[in-house]
Amino acid sequence: MSKALLYDATICIGCKQCEQGCAAENQLPYGDAIAAEEKQSAHKYTAILTRGDKFMRRLCMNCQQPACASVCPVGALEKTALGPVTYDAGKCMGCRYCMVACPFGVPKYEWNKLFPKVRKCTLCSHRVANGRQTACAEICPTGATKFGEREDLINEAQQRIRDNPGKYVNHIFGLSEVGGTSVLLLSGVPFEEFGYSTPDYALPMLTYRVLSKIPEFVPLWGVLLGGVWWITHRREEVAAVEGQRPAVEDHKERKQ
Amino acid sequence: MKIKFTFWKLVFLFLMAAGFCATVVRFTRGLGAATNLSDQFPWGIWISFDVLCGVMLAAGGFTLTAAVHILNVKRLHSIVRPTVLTAFLGYLLVCVALMYDLGKPYNIWHPLIMRNPHSVMFEVAWCVMLYTTVLALEFSPIVLERFNLQKPLKVIRGILIPLVICGVILSTLHQSSLGSLYLIIPEKLHPFWYSPLLPVFFFFSAIAVGLAMTIFESSLSAKYFGRQLELPILQELGRWLVVVLSVYAVLRFEDLMDRGVLKLTLQPSYEMYLFWLEVSLGLVLPLILLLQPKVRMSAGGLYLSAVLVVLGFITNRMNVSITGFERSAGTHYFPKWTELAVTGAIIAAGFALFGLAVKYLPIFPAEEPTGEESIEATSGTVLAAPVLRHAGD
Repeated sequence: MSKALLYDATICIGCKQCEQGCAAENQLPYGDAIAAEEKQSAHKYTAILTRGDKFMRRLCMNCQQPACASVCPVGALEKTALGPVTYDAGKCMGCRYCMVACPFGVPKYEWNKLFPKVRKCTLCSHRVANGRQTACAEICPTGATKFGEREDLINEAQQRIRDNPGKYVNHIFGLSEVGGTSVLLLSGVPFEEFGYSTPDYALPMLTYRVLSKIPEFVPLWGVLLGGVWWITHRREEVAAVEGQRPAVEDHKERKQ
Repeated sequence: MKIKFTFWKLVFLFLMAAGFCATVVRFTRGLGAATNLSDQFPWGIWISFDVLCGVMLAAGGFTLTAAVHILNVKRLHSIVRPTVLTAFLGYLLVCVALMYDLGKPYNIWHPLIMRNPHSVMFEVAWCVMLYTTVLALEFSPIVLERFNLQKPLKVIRGILIPLVICGVILSTLHQSSLGSLYLIIPEKLHPFWYSPLLPVFFFFSAIAVGLAMTIFESSLSAKYFGRQLELPILQELGRWLVVVLSVYAVLRFEDLMDRGVLKLTLQPSYEMYLFWLEVSLGLVLPLILLLQPKVRMSAGGLYLSAVLVVLGFITNRMNVSITGFERSAGTHYFPKWTELAVTGAIIAAGFALFGLAVKYLPIFPAEEPTGEESIEATSGTVLAAPVLRHAGD
């Protein structure tokens, strides 16, 4: 059902056409200077990293259980059923919690604008929604970036690792990292060398298991506080009444 | 007296002027020009100090109202008003700071209609909004009394207990949730500060700081507003502070031990020094001081311990939100002058508004009127004498 990208670093020739295609698709400036910036930014949603003759692509992983969408107080970031994690600038209030929370450091900010937006790859959600593939996959001359069904791509990646012993690190990055991602990576060198290291579990549970206790906690705490108030003040009422009683009885006795 | 007052007025004017310039930069040229924030470091001092510390420093409001109205500790009644005033001002100023920090401040109301129950920030937004309302209501009798509006006064007094309970619940939720905010970044936050117990730590330290701030501001009020120092009250708060700090300290070190981080606290590193700064200021020194009856009973000793606790937990919040990030961000962060100027102006505004409120509203219980000179003299001695006594020890 859900779409994904498979990036195979061993096929990548570092031509950076994916960067160029991405910039064109998202109406971002592109030139030699920007091509030389080997990092994602508000004007560069994907970047090819070069280490000698090895390459690696960085882009939004479009996580299956995205931390960014889970922390966004207004739901500006959203995981769609098709795969992309989309961003609605109209909802965003600019708290930047998504940037803090993202385990890949993906969301970037337009720091120099007066009304800034969060910027990131959205897996070409506008194209994918119309049944097309992402701009980067379409433009890739070697097939290093391939678009397709996530399940199919996982099978294909496993096949490639099986068919080429020794060529790949025996791991599909994104299969289970942070609960799985919609961008899958294959590499001949360890992923950590390119800064890819994340926990193997989905992050949103870390906050939600605390948050989900609130509906039960509120009545409990309320009743407890009310109870303490009742006891501490009851004691006082009793003391007051007991202090008065002799006086009242005196009064009654006198009457009799 | 007169020269001192003018000096503080000058400081105030300077801070406000600097804050004004910074405000112009922030709202004409954006966050990039006004801050040292970056994609690597998206949250800076406006979140660390103005929001995290601001909410923590205002925790006296719920701590004191709970002690007086729920636990029925009557002796503390006379300091509830200044504490609620501090809390109310604190929360208003947190909201002001948020307007600077949010990229699109005009969308600040969005959590009202757009919900994401999975977001800690969403919950914090609602709690802060509701609690500021509760504080406004808890504060309102002071204003209503001033203008002698008996009817609304009666209504507020009628709902006071439910109001206080709501305030305590809301405070428990968001004070702890400010810690929960960081639960989602187990890989990014340094192990000294990342812990599954973050919400518990934030809650307990809020109570400790609430008590310390109450001691701090009562002492200052005694000095600058010519109030009688209510020493027995502060001594009681001091005892509570010992208990809360001890519980926090035990929990903090048990947690470090459980997570196998304790040995890291002895290996020199940038984080280690700031960890020990936090722990010595906030836990070790105040506990050593307050566990000595002579210090605990003296105005000067209590004041010093309270200041240490406040500084220690400010360091803690800065460590959680800045120090603990620097390694994973691969960069250091230091605020730009504009960030410091806005923060300075907000603190100055807080002090000034407190002073104005004390001047025009019945914040402190009525006392026999005395001449300015004599008040200064008495409160001066009350504060100075114990300090001098201990100077010889």
